[in-house]
Amino acid sequence: MLNRSTTTALMALATGALTACGGSSSSMSTPSPSDGPRIVQPGAPGQNGRSFSTEELDNVEGVTFTEADVRFMQGMIPHHQQALQMTALVKQHATTDAVRQMALRMEISQRDEIELMSTWLRERDQPVEMPMGDMGGMSGMGGMNHMVNGLHVMPGMLTAEQMEALTNARGLEFDRLFLEGMIQHHQGAIDMVATLFNTSGAAQESTVFKFAEDVDADQQMEIDRMRGILEQIR
Amino acid sequence: MKDFGQTGRFGLLAAAALLATASTGMDAAAQQQAVVPNAPALEWDPNDPRIGLGAGWLDAESAISGLELLAAIPRAEGFFNPTTPADGRFNNTDLAFQGHRLIQGNYNGFQIIDISNPADPVYELSVVCPGGQGDVSIYGDLIFMSAQETRGRLDCGIEGVNDSISAERMRGVRIFDVSDMSNPTQVAAVQSCRGSHTHTVVTQPGDTENVYVYIQGTSRVRPGGELAGCSGGMPDEDPNTALFRIEVVKVPLANPAAAEIVNMPRIFADDQGNISGLWQGGDHGEGTQSSRLTNQCHDITAYPGIGLAGGACSGNGILLDISDAENPRRVGEVADPNFAYWHSATFNNDGDVVVFTDEWGGGSAPRCRASDPATWGANAIFRIGEGGQMELAGYYKLPVPQTETENCVAHNGSIIPVPGRDIMAQAWYQGGLSLMDFTDPENPYEIAFFDRGPLSIESLFTGGYWSTYWYNGRLYGAEISRGIDVFRLTPSEHLSEAEIRAAESVMMGEFNAQLQPKVEWTPSVDVAQAYLDQMVRSNRILNTRAQEIQRVLNGNASASQLNSLAASIEADVVQIEAGELGGDAERMARLASTLRGMAM
Repeated sequence: MLNRSTTTALMALATGALTACGGSSSSMSTPSPSDGPRIVQPGAPGQNGRSFSTEELDNVEGVTFTEADVRFMQGMIPHHQQALQMTALVKQHATTDAVRQMALRMEISQRDEIELMSTWLRERDQPVEMPMGDMGGMSGMGGMNHMVNGLHVMPGMLTAEQMEALTNARGLEFDRLFLEGMIQHHQGAIDMVATLFNTSGAAQESTVFKFAEDVDADQQMEIDRMRGILEQIR
Repeated sequence: MKDFGQTGRFGLLAAAALLATASTGMDAAAQQQAVVPNAPALEWDPNDPRIGLGAGWLDAESAISGLELLAAIPRAEGFFNPTTPADGRFNNTDLAFQGHRLIQGNYNGFQIIDISNPADPVYELSVVCPGGQGDVSIYGDLIFMSAQETRGRLDCGIEGVNDSISAERMRGVRIFDVSDMSNPTQVAAVQSCRGSHTHTVVTQPGDTENVYVYIQGTSRVRPGGELAGCSGGMPDEDPNTALFRIEVVKVPLANPAAAEIVNMPRIFADDQGNISGLWQGGDHGEGTQSSRLTNQCHDITAYPGIGLAGGACSGNGILLDISDAENPRRVGEVADPNFAYWHSATFNNDGDVVVFTDEWGGGSAPRCRASDPATWGANAIFRIGEGGQMELAGYYKLPVPQTETENCVAHNGSIIPVPGRDIMAQAWYQGGLSLMDFTDPENPYEIAFFDRGPLSIESLFTGGYWSTYWYNGRLYGAEISRGIDVFRLTPSEHLSEAEIRAAESVMMGEFNAQLQPKVEWTPSVDVAQAYLDQMVRSNRILNTRAQEIQRVLNGNASASQLNSLAASIEADVVQIEAGELGGDAERMARLASTLRGMAM
């Protein structure tokens, strides 16, 4: 939340910081809060706008995250972690170069995204781990409230049996199971994004919106690519 | 250690993030070695002052070369979150310029800033209208702004839109009337299926009654229940898909409220009419980059002066013939094994070279690390041949590594109008500002830079320059989380005082980076001196001839003296072109033409 005192403190900090930059500090300038700009809000086309008063500044922040956003982030972390468990097997068992490359790319992006999600949750004082027994509002998932390899099960995630089959597979059979499993896994992430966007009030915050869109686009692209590889090795 | 300082909470969060990073850090390093890109490694000067800069939000250390920082102002009240500098709802985005005003786009709206004195920019007005990205353009009395997020509202409300299908939602291009700059009014909201990630103002030479806006949508296609006709399937099952197209908006200047989409050209179609006729997604062979399926343009830069637009379109760079602005037609396309996501395009002033940028990692990832290849997340520079054929000339990447906690990749820039040279000032997010000389497209190099340390050394928070653009003699940087910076050029071994003055003499009434203007220099001593300085620097002129020209430029030469010198230089040009004399025929010809202009 914005308020006058923190804003003033920030401006003061900024002034100090710029002076400390050295060099051309004398020509630097910072607007003082007292003569800050007027704030207006236009209306819809054809409608009048209005001014924001100083007292309303607290309200400028606008939409914030919702419970559904938190559950989405908390749920996508174990989802991504299972992808990492799967790609870890590729190093030992995959026989197709295309599968190896695919897995390496996924490992980097899924790891980066786990970091992004964890940071997002911490910044908002939310637990990074999904609370036990909470399926993140994923209604219709009843009965799936369990763990596989220490991870909460989310849509599309491989079952314990599927993970075991993948772990024991060798040769082209491994490559095939990996691709089929990862397609199923990614499709689950895409479904999670769709659920998020269909939830009232969800994905309104910019970071969540961008992240959900990225997951959607990236994983769809990888599904298309994996289908292509699958056709070649079948 | 400097952090975001004023809040203890932030420090704790950062420390928690550090633990998470440390636990995966080893794997990540091993990972880097496992991927062997078929691309050259980054090379850099180990003494580069940009290495090891201290971190901080508004107190980071900085390094500068060939530039002077004139002003740095933080984001305005209501357009940042004091406890979270990288709060995505308040990211500063693109810039537009008109007269003595700078328009700063922001995910939460836009600001109007008085830059009458560029060293003392003053916020005039903040306009609240969320929707992201908030990229802005200005044309006459109209400001255009992109909205793509599902929180965007028709009424510019800050409360978002709860329902997944709602008539209150606005995704597309907003049009504001700013004939009264102190009271912008929204006159139109042109809705589109994928919203507007970026947009491009396009003028039709000869048409003073209309202006066109191309909408580049990259987001989810919204349901047909919210906007009629929207669907997002693949072409084989959904021939009317909102993918694989851009939207063209026609804006009648006398009645901008009547702005509407008049065309949705299938600019990726092949000769057989397959609307998905370009890059199909995936890599280009072992060790190559994986490029996205071309079903969208991220950005388009129109250059009406040459009748072309450069489209950075997902898996391809394309050229569009825009001589009929309402009906852009693709005339050329390239793919590149180093490009992940074609992001933006900038032409040189002559219009025979185009720079495309690759936004590998999407802008929020660190892609300028020492381990990242020199041709990935970089610029690719193409020569434009007959009929729009493009030929790869070279690559340019920020020539100094950045840390793991700095999002960094090629981003938006514009041309600095130094006569006789092609120079682009470019934003590299937290990699800072880098000035690239690409006069020789095969051998681009850096001539100036500014860089701050990371926002944090413990965790990556998105920040850095979104755009750095030249306008009427100064460089303006839109810092995502730190505000606005203003620079001037300073002389160096790479840039002379005359070259700087010649660039500073170019004045425009309006500037939008995506509507590239053709620069013409008024003949002056500075312009002539700039050409001479360039030939002397590159050792491509005889000393005696250079001295003679310098004597004329130093004195108050009469018209006849100028014409006489021009005539002898023109004779040189003939000899150089005939191979009888060494030298730089093109610059000599430009110099002679400048001298004749001065004599008039």
